[in-house]
Amino acid sequence: MTVGDLHRGDTAVVKSFLSGLDSQSRFLEMGILPGVELRLVKIAPLGGTIELKVRDYYVSIRHQDALNIVIEN
Amino acid sequence: MNAETVPWVALVGNPNSGKTAIFNLLTGMDQKVSNYPGITVEKKLGTGKFNDGTAYHLLDFPGTYSLTPESFDERIVTEQVLEWIHGKNPPAVIVSVVDATNLSRNLYLTTQLLDLGIPIVIALNMMDLVDQTEKLDASSLKKWLCAAAIVPVSALKKSGFNKLQEQVRASILTKPVNNDIFPLEVTKTLETILMPITSLLYTKLGYTPRLAAAQALRLITRNSTLELYNKAIQEGQKINSKIVNELEHLRTVAIKEIEKAELKPSSLEAILRYQWLDANLAQDRSDHTNQIRKINANEKIDQILTHRWLGPGIFIGLLYFIFQSIFNFASIPMDWIEAGVNWLGKGAVTLVPESNFRGLLIDGIIAGLGAILIFLPQIVILMFFLTLLEDSGYMARVAFMLDRGMSKIGLHGRSVLPLMSGYACAIPGIMSTRTIDNWKERLITMLILPLMSCSARLPVYALMIGAFIPPITVGYIFGLQGLMMVVMYFIGTVTALILAKIFSLWIKSEGKSSFVMEMPPYRMPILRSVFRQVFIRAKLFLFNAGKIIMAISIILWFLASFPKTDIIGDQPAIHNSFAGKIGHAIEPVIQPLGFDWKVGIALITSFAAREVFVSTMATIYNVENAADEMVQLSDAMKNDLNPSTGLPVFTPLVAVSLMVFYVYAAQCMATFAIIRRETNTWKWPLFMIAYMNVLAYLVSLLVYQGGLWLGFS
Repeated sequence: MTVGDLHRGDTAVVKSFLSGLDSQSRFLEMGILPGVELRLVKIAPLGGTIELKVRDYYVSIRHQDALNIVIEN
Repeated sequence: MNAETVPWVALVGNPNSGKTAIFNLLTGMDQKVSNYPGITVEKKLGTGKFNDGTAYHLLDFPGTYSLTPESFDERIVTEQVLEWIHGKNPPAVIVSVVDATNLSRNLYLTTQLLDLGIPIVIALNMMDLVDQTEKLDASSLKKWLCAAAIVPVSALKKSGFNKLQEQVRASILTKPVNNDIFPLEVTKTLETILMPITSLLYTKLGYTPRLAAAQALRLITRNSTLELYNKAIQEGQKINSKIVNELEHLRTVAIKEIEKAELKPSSLEAILRYQWLDANLAQDRSDHTNQIRKINANEKIDQILTHRWLGPGIFIGLLYFIFQSIFNFASIPMDWIEAGVNWLGKGAVTLVPESNFRGLLIDGIIAGLGAILIFLPQIVILMFFLTLLEDSGYMARVAFMLDRGMSKIGLHGRSVLPLMSGYACAIPGIMSTRTIDNWKERLITMLILPLMSCSARLPVYALMIGAFIPPITVGYIFGLQGLMMVVMYFIGTVTALILAKIFSLWIKSEGKSSFVMEMPPYRMPILRSVFRQVFIRAKLFLFNAGKIIMAISIILWFLASFPKTDIIGDQPAIHNSFAGKIGHAIEPVIQPLGFDWKVGIALITSFAAREVFVSTMATIYNVENAADEMVQLSDAMKNDLNPSTGLPVFTPLVAVSLMVFYVYAAQCMATFAIIRRETNTWKWPLFMIAYMNVLAYLVSLLVYQGGLWLGFS
């Protein structure tokens, strides 16, 4: 399962990144890394982008990137 | 004041940490705004005063999440930090701005700064917003971070700033030393692997043990860190290529060993640092679990503002409201300014005796400046709303909603904000494209941005619409004038988006695109700060545009008034002046667009800046009019008849054609200069000038000839 498979309101714990993720270091420095818990807040009106809550803040990422973030079962 | 004796302080923090508001509060109105046409913008410099009256310089850096260079903005900070490490004018103190409601991510950067050995004073912003149930132990925080001081502040309530300045002052005087030991928990294996790099940095470059360990880890994590060292050599910092080559070699060896130990080099620093941070923070905060399940006020607001249907609808509604209010709210102050300029012109007639100088003063300077001054209220209103949208945090939601569409046409969600600021002025818009990491997306954003109708076009639109579009209501609620204005902005924007797609097909891509964007909390914009930004912009508009307009008005007055010839028949003297000759020479080229020779002159002068169109027309009509009193520009244009046909020179169709020309034409020296600087080549600005002006001519031609064919006049 990846973050891209989550539904609105689901929570999950990040397990690892797949090698296809381009902006890995950006995720890391913002504290989105293995062991961190996140919640899928919403999907953008046009799709393509999703909003997550992680740590104490909200962040939006592309769905294609979310498919490269593996979550724990 | 001697620059060497005044200490300087760096202001560093995450994006959205409230850094700019703190900068404004500390520096008051002393801020030197150097971030406009042509001048380097990266950093903002201001001067603050301590309680004892001594001054200090404050340098505001772009918001950054870490000292690993990702985007262009972050590179600026990281490069600067490397200079400090190598002893080139380091700050006396770094004020690290931390959003207290978002501690762990903000402190990540702070802990990287603490490695530098420069005293760090933490400004714990937004303490008033921290959940009361989560007690935060600031003194414990200070202790394990080893910061020089932690001061809770609130930019909104303006509290804590005396204390902050006191602590900065104290740190400058006492120069407290940070803990010298690298605090992150590094395993023995990893420590051994990193040791060759650490000791090289320690022995050859004189880093402290803590800094050496931190830099060693960062070198492993990111290749770009090594690039910065290479750049540092070129800049003549105290480091040579032998050391960098050695570093590169050691790095390669270490990375292999780390991979052998089944660790990921690229994620090492972040994982270790967050582990350390999270463990320590857990002790300081009694109840901080389940944070991600909490639905806060922002999320509730977003349930409406980024709602599937409501979200886009509200956005379009807001844009429409803003453009309507430009017309509705500005009319009264515009009347005042007009009255004031007329009064000034009349005063000059009575005070200054009849002479060439009086002609220059009244027809050149007062008419030229007055014509542009009148549009200041509209520009201020536009700036006000854009600043409000940006400061409130709404723009990030727009980027979130539109990223899908944007990425389809080769842009990025982050392109939305620069493009929207392009409505105010292309210069700050082009500069804010630096937040776009991907070069191709950034370049395309810059190239199409000048098609967003900036405030310099506003005077042209406003003049033509005010004079030639009837103020009638269509469909019960839409004023035709306001609607026309929206149409002008709309066609520029739509063309920009179409061209983005076309450009994206042939501009080569470097690197891949990603979108990781924080959704900042909604904040009540601090009105003081909004007004200040609007004030600064308005001032810059008046002075910068004013200088150009003044110079061009004076030159134009000479060209339009000389050589003095006798009036031949009923033709005013201006026809035989230099300007008249130039205008008549290009008239055949622009006649198919519906423009006469006067517009031709104005097109040439407005190549420097668009708003010059209005002042040029004002000067021409005033010179043409032999009488002493000033002529009202829109009246003069309405009453202007073509001497050969007896028909009006300006009609609604000509007005539309002219406006369309201004939507597309590239006519701003400052924009060319800034694109040259940002792309580091003349290729792109020249390309932009070419495509925009060709487009302007063709579309204008189509509008005018098509309009005539359809029977409009």
